[in-house]
Amino acid sequence: MRYETVIGLEVHTELSTKTKIFCSCTTQFGGDPNTHCCPVCTGMPGTLPVLNRSVVEYAIRAGLATNCTITRLNKFDRKNYFYPDLPKAYQISQLYLPICQNGRVEIEGEDGGKSIRIKEIHMEEDAGKLVHEPYEDATLADYNRCGVPLLEIVSEPDFRSAQEVVAYLEKLKATLQYIGVSDCKMQEGSLRADVNISVRPAGQEEFGVRTEMKNMNSFKAVARAIEYESRRQVAVLEAGGRVIQETRRWDDEKGESFAMRSKENAQDYRYFPEPDLPPVEIGEDWIARVAGDLPELPDKKQKRYVQQLGLPEYDSRMITADKAMADFFEAAAALCQKPKEVANWIMGDLFRLLKEEGKEASELTLAPEGLANLIGLVDKGVINRNTAKTVFEVMFKTGVDPETYVKEQGLEMVSDQGAVEAVIRRVLEENPQSVADFRGGKEKAFGFLVGQCMKALKGKADPKLINAQLRQALTK
Amino acid sequence: MKYLDVSALSLGERLKKREIGVREVTQAALSRIAKKDGEYRAYLSVFQEEALAQADAVQKQLDAGEAVSPLAGVPMALKDNICVKDLPTTCGSKMLERFCPPYDATVTNRLREAGAVMLGKLNMDEFAMGSTNETSYFGACKNPWDTGRVPGGSSGGAAAAVAAGEAYYTLGSDTGGSIRQPCSFCGVTGIKPTYGTVSRYGLVAYASSLDQIGPIARDAKDLAAVLDVIVGKDERDATSVTAGENRYLSSLTGEVKGLKVGIPSDYFGEGLEEEVKEKVLAAARKLEEMGATVEEFPMPMVEYAIPAYYIIASAEATSNLSRYDGIKYGFRAEKFDDLIDLYIQSRSQGFGMEVKRRIMLGNFVLSSGYYDAYYKKALQVKALIKGEFDRAFERFDLLLGPAAPTTALKLGESLSDPLKMYLGDIYTVSVNLAGLPGLVAPCGFDAQGLPVGMQLIGKPFGETVLLNAAHAYQLATDYHEKRPQEGGEGR
Repeated sequence: MRYETVIGLEVHTELSTKTKIFCSCTTQFGGDPNTHCCPVCTGMPGTLPVLNRSVVEYAIRAGLATNCTITRLNKFDRKNYFYPDLPKAYQISQLYLPICQNGRVEIEGEDGGKSIRIKEIHMEEDAGKLVHEPYEDATLADYNRCGVPLLEIVSEPDFRSAQEVVAYLEKLKATLQYIGVSDCKMQEGSLRADVNISVRPAGQEEFGVRTEMKNMNSFKAVARAIEYESRRQVAVLEAGGRVIQETRRWDDEKGESFAMRSKENAQDYRYFPEPDLPPVEIGEDWIARVAGDLPELPDKKQKRYVQQLGLPEYDSRMITADKAMADFFEAAAALCQKPKEVANWIMGDLFRLLKEEGKEASELTLAPEGLANLIGLVDKGVINRNTAKTVFEVMFKTGVDPETYVKEQGLEMVSDQGAVEAVIRRVLEENPQSVADFRGGKEKAFGFLVGQCMKALKGKADPKLINAQLRQALTK
Repeated sequence: MKYLDVSALSLGERLKKREIGVREVTQAALSRIAKKDGEYRAYLSVFQEEALAQADAVQKQLDAGEAVSPLAGVPMALKDNICVKDLPTTCGSKMLERFCPPYDATVTNRLREAGAVMLGKLNMDEFAMGSTNETSYFGACKNPWDTGRVPGGSSGGAAAAVAAGEAYYTLGSDTGGSIRQPCSFCGVTGIKPTYGTVSRYGLVAYASSLDQIGPIARDAKDLAAVLDVIVGKDERDATSVTAGENRYLSSLTGEVKGLKVGIPSDYFGEGLEEEVKEKVLAAARKLEEMGATVEEFPMPMVEYAIPAYYIIASAEATSNLSRYDGIKYGFRAEKFDDLIDLYIQSRSQGFGMEVKRRIMLGNFVLSSGYYDAYYKKALQVKALIKGEFDRAFERFDLLLGPAAPTTALKLGESLSDPLKMYLGDIYTVSVNLAGLPGLVAPCGFDAQGLPVGMQLIGKPFGETVLLNAAHAYQLATDYHEKRPQEGGEGR
């Protein structure tokens, strides 16, 4: 039997506000344990939360960027459960009236464009972190992360493959970065995705029993976990079994998931309205102001790159997928007025080097001015394309200014006509056989002679010039 | 010493005129506590050194003419659920026996700035859950009028300390009557302000949507002076509001002419002791004599206030008290098997019976499948009660009724029957549900010589009306000036 996989996502993203959601502690990642906290975020007796209004602003931004309706009257609710990383033993969240509802995100699916519906986005606080101390066999609590603002973005079960999920995550990540609400670093936990997954016989309307997968630390892990889980569920059904509704933990090293808890043991969170926070009213004017301040979003930017700058569809998609890269592209293109050249450098050498070093565009040491200058140097004939490639690698690694580097290393093309002529003369003298071959009609010999000239000039010559002069010398 | 038994304001005046010194009155109050509190147990901790140091600091300000508050230098004390930096805040519980918060409550801060001298922390029902002070882990506080009786609760220590002259004024907290009922039992004057008027930051939460800090003193004028210090919006409490009129003391006129007083007839029905009823109605007549108009009217919703209150308060308490899990601070059981057992053992051993009862009740009403039947219904009742009060205040300036069905109960009388104890809150809880201000002042004594209190209920932010009515009444009567005899047992 053929099966269809049905997937829904719950994405948690840490907001990059300066301070926490209910106190004025910093949200900075890292820091010595328990140095970024205060009586409020550690839930000491008698302390009270006070809402950081930028969290609301960020949430509105995220909602507008994902085509949601913004809830005008917002309330918070308490989600109660015991765990040592949750000092109040409840999380302040939104159950009944989430701030954003009924949105959608457009993705490139396997068969073209597809719309993923967003059920809701709600604001909540993050919990702390437990660290196991192996020497003393103790578990230590670090409350630095307590109270860091989170958005939980809940999609409808609209995905049918791991590929769609990854496309959505990439789109969501780009969007959140564009609007400046989160840096979305999965390794640091500022973007986390829980996956609800079920399978059903193809054509069946009713959903199958779903499981929830947690602990995926990269988009690749999300894809692997989905593929694993969908195979596992199909195998269970094929063997005549029943899928159990449960939460499972993904182990990426083993490439397997393990049951954490079943629905029977699921927690009763005993939600109720948070009495310490009055409702937050969001007026039309607030929404209008946030909408007015929204930057150009990936979809629009991508279309503009194609229509106005003449970039190929694929290139524009790749470059706009990451805000830092799009920013880099636009800055360099504005400086040198050669968007296609800039795009070529990004699509070729830059993406290759980033991949080799395992870096992201946000970590670039290379400045857009550098690339613009390099393009200028090639353009003005100061260096040739091959030299430029070498210089680009150095710039990528050290951030050096190309003009200075070219000068220091003496990489300028030999533009002295006489010097080029002398080299050509010498090469022809030293290679009589090749000269004879060429004159005998072997075009291949010409290439060899060009190479010899370039070698003698240490590559620092304009290949076009060599070509022309060599041909001239040979046909004299 | 004479000045021990004057009001806070008149002591403040003498201190300002430098007729006596702050250290002298502080020392005298500390001595009285040392001498008498062994019997009453109004205090859970006494800040001997800190109080004297504060006294000297305030004296310097007074000498330099820098102290502006009329209460500067007046010794006072706080219920033990209000945080004072680096000093014990136990909430009357084993769970927080050794807990010292690294921060001040906002009220503590405001009192410090006004030059208050803090004598110590006052006994209370564990986590403010109880109406007799008997649920305190550290032992019951006794009623200074009769030490065989309870002072009421949960702010029992706060009311008893004022009655016994062990503090000029105190701060208590009121979630369902915890300031008003002990004031009634102890013959002192106290007010629960409108919800949001006084910041709750640093008040250890019992039921966040109902909790409110308020003062207890010898008369209404003192209450006005304390409110002037502690009221005001606080950026650390999102539910606090700007109360508008902040000059309580200066707006007292002592006049009640034309004041429209409503008597909710449903507050005088079954269960109310005859003597209490008589004294409260006599107080109404007194106000009428003084020029107020008094009219009876029905208020049938009161019947539903107790169940709604216990559902809402327990639900919030369950959540608020979950943080006491033995992990971060407070009591932790010595022996446990694993994480879950650490929670179970610490909480089983750290909390008393009444607290556990309300935690279980709260968990029950919030649990999946029951939420709509209980919590949601209770919120609807809350809204209906609020509506009934709103309608009453279209006709009246204030409502007058009893604060409790009885005078002070005997120790141990209601502990065995929690339902009876809950029913004793009938006249107070609806005021919290509606978020209104409620003032209690003494209005007579029963045949056993125990004080009877009347309750004045006001419109939202109608504190001034209540304070002024009580002040006028106290100008015309002297019940509030009566003090218990020392060692009042067996009266």
